[in-house]
Amino acid sequence: MRGVSYFLAHVPGLIRHGSKPSREIKKNPPLLESFRSHLRTFEEAVAYPPNQVFIGNLDPDDLARVPSPWYKHPVRDGSRWGPFGEIMPEDEFYGMMKICDEFQLVLLEEGFARDVTGKLRQHPLFSDADLLRLGNGVSLADIEQQLADGVTLPMYDRGGRLVGCVRTGHEEDPNLTAEILMENLAVRASGALALRHQVAATGRAEAVDFLLGGGEEAVGDRYNRGGGNMAKAIGELCGCSRAGGADIKAFCSGTVHAIVVAAGLVASGIFSDVVVVAGGSFAKLGMKFQGHLRHDMPILEDVIAAVAVRVGRDDGKSPVIRLDSIGKHEIGSGSSQQAIFDTLIVQPLDRLGLKLTQIDKYATEMHNPEITEPQGSGNVPRTNYRVIGSFAVLRGEIQRADLDRFVEEHGMLGFSSTQGHTASAVPVLGHAVRKMMSGEMNNTMFVAKGSLFLGRMTQLADGMSFLLERNKGGV
Amino acid sequence: MLLKSRKVIIIGERDGVQGPAIEACVRSAGAEPVITQTQCFV
Repeated sequence: MRGVSYFLAHVPGLIRHGSKPSREIKKNPPLLESFRSHLRTFEEAVAYPPNQVFIGNLDPDDLARVPSPWYKHPVRDGSRWGPFGEIMPEDEFYGMMKICDEFQLVLLEEGFARDVTGKLRQHPLFSDADLLRLGNGVSLADIEQQLADGVTLPMYDRGGRLVGCVRTGHEEDPNLTAEILMENLAVRASGALALRHQVAATGRAEAVDFLLGGGEEAVGDRYNRGGGNMAKAIGELCGCSRAGGADIKAFCSGTVHAIVVAAGLVASGIFSDVVVVAGGSFAKLGMKFQGHLRHDMPILEDVIAAVAVRVGRDDGKSPVIRLDSIGKHEIGSGSSQQAIFDTLIVQPLDRLGLKLTQIDKYATEMHNPEITEPQGSGNVPRTNYRVIGSFAVLRGEIQRADLDRFVEEHGMLGFSSTQGHTASAVPVLGHAVRKMMSGEMNNTMFVAKGSLFLGRMTQLADGMSFLLERNKGGV
Repeated sequence: MLLKSRKVIIIGERDGVQGPAIEACVRSAGAEPVITQTQCFV
């Protein structure tokens, strides 16, 4: 595991286009006013403790020392920049969406485009070629005229000012609507910035042999819905000129599936330098907003989260993916929590001759409970950690009374936005790699789950797991 | 609650108790599941 990078885009103006907000606002238009009044500023999003954990300025264990609610206890010296990546403001992200647009789908207002160009000129990961692609923008009248067609989607800033729009890609194709293209452009933009951070940290974009997409988006037209290969679309913007690519699809567990495939490609010798990249989950913006409004708290699902993970040959120092540790949820495994964790955790550890208590930390569904609990969705990481701890009780490794201590020692508080595949286990990768490189940690088990039943094709569950270990050297 | 001979709508949770597990329980109690779903709340 050569490197892990993360990227957050703070996009308060885009939340209204998330699946849940767009449906609810359509049913009840006056809701928009209350919705707008609960959007955070960029400074508030940067200072939000879980976001600082996500980009590596805080450790997950630091969150336990931050009083609840976290949104009322900002990190005083919180920064947009972190050791794992950055949190980008919305205007710059809109600029990146335009840079990602090769089909004249995105129109930005000329004054807005000029301001964004000036800002991105100062950004270390943007080039003159990027700024040329951003262009000069169009008049506000042109955007308003475009919106009159009824199928173009507006782009607003946090204050409700119209700054651009996204056009439909085909008059008759339901797979190329402005809604889908806005989503996919945001995925490409966020994934490319995660990958640019990864390349900036580990170098040599041209050395990447293969890119694996781990996101949940669906790219394609009427004849190939979900055709995919977002991986290559992202790599194209990051100097990975020698890389091939393909996407791995497995709902929220897709990114972890892709990491396991990447490890296999490298270990087999087929490729030596593979990057797993996943843009964010646009549709999940504002997914729990009703609970946040009900509790008069800010709408916390206001970020798009992306990740890039570089996997290469053992260099004698980087953490190692144990290829004999891979856990897979099998078709015949069953879908109960017990069955899933038995196949993903217990069986692999039995093969390795390890106890559950010999794993320093488990990385499971890392959703921030401050986001999910107001809407009645519970504390998802804690639920998962308690199930894992229950196995330790059943196996006689700990006493029943020690369950809470097991959760505290081997788990952590959820710090990821509800971003599906980028919330499932992978937010812990950066912290685990850092601690293993510094000798603070020996191992972490990554366990991701996927909800196949959501696509109405099967009632099956899914999941994938692997053990990451500190490199013992001696290559 | 007595479930015998009752019709039951089951909504399970991925990170809690899944629909099929609840279905197995209510069947053993003599109820008739009419629909079983598992939802993912994240």
